[in-house]
Amino acid sequence: METVYNISVFTENSIGILNRITIIFTRRHLNIESITASESEVKGVYRYTIVLKTDLDQVKKVVTQIEKQVEVLKAFFHSDDQVVHQEIALYKIATESFVNGSTEKIVREHHARILTVDKEFTIIEKTGQPEELQELFNELDTYGVLEFVRSGRVAISKPMKTLETYLKELEA
Amino acid sequence: MKIRGAEAVMQSLVQEKVETIFGYPGGAIMPIYDALYDFRDSVNHVLVRHEQGAIHAAQGFARTSGKVGVCFATSGPGATNLITGLADAMIDSTPVVCITGQVASHLLGTDAFQETDVIGISMPVTKWNIQVTRAEDISGAIARAFYIARSGRPGPVLVDITKDAQFGMVDFSYEPCTKIRSYQPTPVLDEQSLQEAAVLINQAKKPYILVGQGIFLSNAEKEILDFAEKTGIPVASTLLGLGSFPSDHPLYVGYLGMHGNYAPNVLTNECDVLIAIGMRFDDRVTGDVSRYAKQAKVIHIDIDKAELNKIIKAEVAIHADAKDALLKLSALVNQNEHPQWLQQFRDLEAVEKSEVVDEAVHPSSDQLKMAEVVNLLSEKTDGKAIIVTDVGQHQMISSRYYKYRGHRNNVTSGGLGTMGFGLPAAIGAKLGNPEQTVVAIIGDGGFQMTIQELGTILQSKVDIKILILNNNFLGMVRQWQQLFFDRRYSFTEIVNPNFTAIAKGYSIDALKIEERNQLDDALTTMLNSKGAFLLEVVVEQEENVFPMVETGASVSEIRLN
Repeated sequence: METVYNISVFTENSIGILNRITIIFTRRHLNIESITASESEVKGVYRYTIVLKTDLDQVKKVVTQIEKQVEVLKAFFHSDDQVVHQEIALYKIATESFVNGSTEKIVREHHARILTVDKEFTIIEKTGQPEELQELFNELDTYGVLEFVRSGRVAISKPMKTLETYLKELEA
Repeated sequence: MKIRGAEAVMQSLVQEKVETIFGYPGGAIMPIYDALYDFRDSVNHVLVRHEQGAIHAAQGFARTSGKVGVCFATSGPGATNLITGLADAMIDSTPVVCITGQVASHLLGTDAFQETDVIGISMPVTKWNIQVTRAEDISGAIARAFYIARSGRPGPVLVDITKDAQFGMVDFSYEPCTKIRSYQPTPVLDEQSLQEAAVLINQAKKPYILVGQGIFLSNAEKEILDFAEKTGIPVASTLLGLGSFPSDHPLYVGYLGMHGNYAPNVLTNECDVLIAIGMRFDDRVTGDVSRYAKQAKVIHIDIDKAELNKIIKAEVAIHADAKDALLKLSALVNQNEHPQWLQQFRDLEAVEKSEVVDEAVHPSSDQLKMAEVVNLLSEKTDGKAIIVTDVGQHQMISSRYYKYRGHRNNVTSGGLGTMGFGLPAAIGAKLGNPEQTVVAIIGDGGFQMTIQELGTILQSKVDIKILILNNNFLGMVRQWQQLFFDRRYSFTEIVNPNFTAIAKGYSIDALKIEERNQLDDALTTMLNSKGAFLLEVVVEQEENVFPMVETGASVSEIRLN
């Protein structure tokens, strides 16, 4: 049965490792829903959050293949209920519609915030889960959204040893 | 004292005890070749005729010697010509280090002359790869390359070195790599799973061992023998595992897979405990997975965690080096015998003998058949020559009828099925084992894919025996066309050149035979020849390889004709 899985990958900081990871998906004809990468709490260790819709058997195999890569320290997968996840979205609307319309109310109701107000345009930011971000988009779009971007998911798992513990085990 | 990066490459290779390199020079690797010039006495560089030849030779060298194979190629087309060999080495777990030249770092990404993104291209077919742009990073990269190539599940590694890094000056020092924190090649044995395996084995009525190349790779030939003899369990082998268990041993029951032996395939679906060691349940071994050993409890021992539960769900998955696991497991299992179970194999073996083997080895037809050639070669060499094959019918016949009794004397392209592998791989095998007889058994099709390596044999005086089984067809594809495509022989008939004349053009002695009464003498002449020899044997055109597990069939549905 297809489910959403959150794959967390911890890697060394080396050129090409992202490519090595994505090849594993391409080869199996799997489409990545979203992918984000940044340095983790440990300096020099990078953390990827990859969202994949697939079945349990497939995600297990993908994760062991990822972990097999020489420069991957650890890889895990979790279902949605095992993680806390968020995305950030930015919305650009015309300042005119912001001033004249009822967008201010919409922003307030959605607990979004305004980042920039320019003569021409206003940028609104909201963090949340995709449905919430989409709801805000739908409402703003009645006034016209000029640009819209979502960050892709970042996720932290609820049950997990700390990365430091894993690193100590690896270095033992 | 500072030395050039290019010399650092050579010094690093010397530190890794590299004595043989297969390669081909070109613009972007010229500084390394210039440095190599000063190492002519200590390093044997074999000039191939195509980079694909270099990597297959390195593979043949590695597979037979247990050392890491090394090759050099230039940037661009030199590097891309390595790709087939990298893919082959990747799927067949062969330790190879390729060093490629690259355009100067300021030209990277500019579509410079002979620039190609070899890091990107080779990524899916290397265990690891790295681009080096500074001379001071060369020795570290090469140290890692060798460590990664040979440890854990071995595989190919590529080190791409820009021309400016080769020219750069560096204070050379060499630190062999022994640890990378993100890479754990030596699994910690899980005692619990060993205990569970031992319980299953001790209770089994019809236990069955499958061995693969992992036995060679972990040097566990003695351990598997001890384990099998103690437990009295029959042993079958995959294509790449052939020879890891002596073919004349009473517990040896044969060769697995699509064109393997009858008994080991059929009885896979009758065993109660299946112990798979250092093999990965390739689809050519399993046939229809949904009907593969469903009745059996599977114990799977492999050093690559990603292979466990990948194709076949294991009751007990043991992530371990085969040798370590077998040593520990042997201590936990009971002395046992399974004479009735073993007899089942012998009974089916008799069926295969009367229905397939007898006719193949002693044909009633006039025309020579591939199996009788291989069978006689096996007798004449006592199963101890290094046999290197190409891919196709002759390969399946060789694996069926050569009785491997040597150590690491079976070299073939298994997972990738690379036509053109045989000739260069045999060159590498010979250079890695100068004292041993090396016979390359090749079809007329595959021979022409890397025929240019005859030049390497000429120049480097490589004493290999080339046995061409010529049926004037791309025989395996023709067989499938006959069986599954209504005999529509679409582009499988092949018009061949005069092979003996070509060999003679390269100063290689050659002989062509077409009659049965010439075979014995011809093989003797070939084996006794001083230096390289090519023997072309014209065989029956439309011979089929049987038994056969058809695509989609279960292993127990293997057909005998």
